[in-house]
Amino acid sequence: MTGLTELLASGIVQRVLLGAAILGAISGLLGAFAVLRRQSLLGDALAHAALPGVCLGFLIAGARDLGSILLGAFATGALAALCMMVIVRRTTLKTDAALGIVLSVFFGVGVVLLTHVQAQGGAASAGLGSFLFGQAAAILPGDLWLMGAIGLVSLALVLALWKEMKLVSFDPGFASAQGLPVTAIEALMTVMVALAIVVGLQLVGVVLMVALLIAPAAAARQWTRSLGGMVALSAGIGAASGAGGALVSASTRGLATGPVVVLIASAVVLISVLVAPGRGILWQALAARRARARIGDGRVLAALHGLAAAHDDAGYATERGMLAAALGGSPPAARFAALERRGLIRSVMHPPETTPHWELTEAGHAEAASLSGRPDTADRGAP
Amino acid sequence: MIAAFLDSIPAMILLTGVLVGASAALLGSFLVLRGNAMLTDAISHSIVFGIVVVWLMTSQISGPVQVLGAAVTGVLTVVLTELLARSRLVRMDAAIGLVFPALFAAGVILISVHARDVHIDVHSVLLGEIGFVWLHTVPLWGHPVPVAVATLSVVLVVNLGFVLVFWKELKLASFDPGLAAALGFLPGALHYALLGLTSVTAVAAFDAVGAILFIAFVIVPPATAYLLTRRLWLMVVLAVALSVAASLAGYALAVWWNVSIAGMMASMTGVWFALALAFAPRHGLAAQAFRHRAQRLDHDCRVLVAHLFTHENTPAMPEENTLRALVEHLHWSTPRARAAILRAHDRALIERRDGLLVLRPKGRAEAEALHEPHSGPRGPEMA
Repeated sequence: MTGLTELLASGIVQRVLLGAAILGAISGLLGAFAVLRRQSLLGDALAHAALPGVCLGFLIAGARDLGSILLGAFATGALAALCMMVIVRRTTLKTDAALGIVLSVFFGVGVVLLTHVQAQGGAASAGLGSFLFGQAAAILPGDLWLMGAIGLVSLALVLALWKEMKLVSFDPGFASAQGLPVTAIEALMTVMVALAIVVGLQLVGVVLMVALLIAPAAAARQWTRSLGGMVALSAGIGAASGAGGALVSASTRGLATGPVVVLIASAVVLISVLVAPGRGILWQALAARRARARIGDGRVLAALHGLAAAHDDAGYATERGMLAAALGGSPPAARFAALERRGLIRSVMHPPETTPHWELTEAGHAEAASLSGRPDTADRGAP
Repeated sequence: MIAAFLDSIPAMILLTGVLVGASAALLGSFLVLRGNAMLTDAISHSIVFGIVVVWLMTSQISGPVQVLGAAVTGVLTVVLTELLARSRLVRMDAAIGLVFPALFAAGVILISVHARDVHIDVHSVLLGEIGFVWLHTVPLWGHPVPVAVATLSVVLVVNLGFVLVFWKELKLASFDPGLAAALGFLPGALHYALLGLTSVTAVAAFDAVGAILFIAFVIVPPATAYLLTRRLWLMVVLAVALSVAASLAGYALAVWWNVSIAGMMASMTGVWFALALAFAPRHGLAAQAFRHRAQRLDHDCRVLVAHLFTHENTPAMPEENTLRALVEHLHWSTPRARAAILRAHDRALIERRDGLLVLRPKGRAEAEALHEPHSGPRGPEMA
């Protein structure tokens, strides 16, 4: 524990944590829209396409200058998005083929440029490799200001265009009918995804960037049905994954930040998909089980109620085998016990027979009648 | 002579590239047609996890166990992705983007923690080391042959056999999965067999070109071939040829510029694609532009004869049936009007007489057909 406190007291670690949290929050914020608009894999393509831009930015600036590197990454990302658009609109190739082409060719060019930069040598070029897998520890004090500024700008854009972006994400046809410039807003949202990718590169690198973009959003989606809640939660999960990954990576030698961040975010997704109330897989299974039990209980009550009505005797004691015949199969003993616990049925003996019999209580009659949707007729004889 | 060939390092590097390209393009043709291109992206990343796990269990980096492990991991990735998408909690694109980064991140972390001193380091995972394939050899018929070349030859033969044996089934399942299922061709089994083989090819190609550049060989040459032809057999042959050409050209340029060989090969597949996109005979952008231009010219010709026909033998004829009227009344630019007149003249629709544009019999017939499309050769409809 003291080790952790010492770690947190260090200025470098604080800086890295803060930077990672900001980057994670930006990715989560903008990724929410990418996921809703089914552009998750566009994020993957744009992230890979940023690699040549990183190298070009480095070549032009001649040093590891974050501003020019981000600008380069942004430029090639935008070029990749443009290529995607041309391929999808002007050929009959499917979208996924277009994604694969852009992703792999841009990355190939990026690798060529990377080896070119490294062949030129220089100590500064060593930092470029960290853009493949991310190295939060490489965040410099000056970088924080840039990241903070980009974060504020994207937050301001999202808030300013909230209504428009919401409408375009969920119902572009209606948005267009309302006279909104849908194409321009879609282009802006794609640009913002590219922005999120560019700033996230430092944290997780080009290869795993897609996960930082979509995992927080996919997790947040499970917990809420409102866009505002989803975006806020997504940003929160992104920030937490970023900070957590940076902390683990900083305290372990030789561990790149990206994979740790991605594993944390993926774990959050896994938990959300399993247990989120209302949507989660376990939650749904539990709800299905409850529904099955309710229907089973209802059938027992209805059968007892019907037999009582047929015999014109509210206290008619039904033998278990008879109930099994009426239901087409014997209900489990636990079901009777549960119904008895709820005070809906009562176990009675019916001498001279020795087998258990069941009769409905007052509450049981009322429950059966309310289930059938008819007024209680058992007391007044057969229907 | 064969011995000299096998001892030549450039020949071995080239042969590796050619083998990777050919095996990948064979399977890629079907993946691109079926819209599964991005599953290749997922598979080629997540097999890293399989490779590391198998290495931890058996401490083997290559060999049949590794190939089997990779095939299982690849199919596992696809199954997990489809399960996640089928739960309907996240969409297919997001499911792909969630599963493979998680597996890849887990693989990278396992490498960092356990395997620092082994040759599977993080960078060669991504970029491959095709330049060093000749370092690891295995004796075959008394002569050392690079392991990669031996493995890839087997993979190529297997892939070729698979495609030839199941040609009819693959063709049917790619273009009409519903019919394939109805006829009992098991398109589902074929789907997993194809993806399993893709995983096997990926692990064999892995040492040479790395995870991401493998995607370039799988997707880009088949997509290029798809722009050039609509015959399946020709598409597959062209895809393989384009891969081989990209390997050869990429190697030459990489050596010349002293950059990454695999990266340059991937970039060359992109160059072929760009060329095909621009200049493909029927589906290229240039052909589309020409076709568009020709259609516009034809349309202008029709407007021209209709215009002349309307004003023929009216008092306004001397004013209307001139080049100036087209520019001033129809608001055509002068070059556009001139081009239309020239074209109509060439087609013997009009002629110039006394400074006026006059319809010739063929032009008058076309104008009449335009004015009353339902009369003409078929005779009047209302008798």
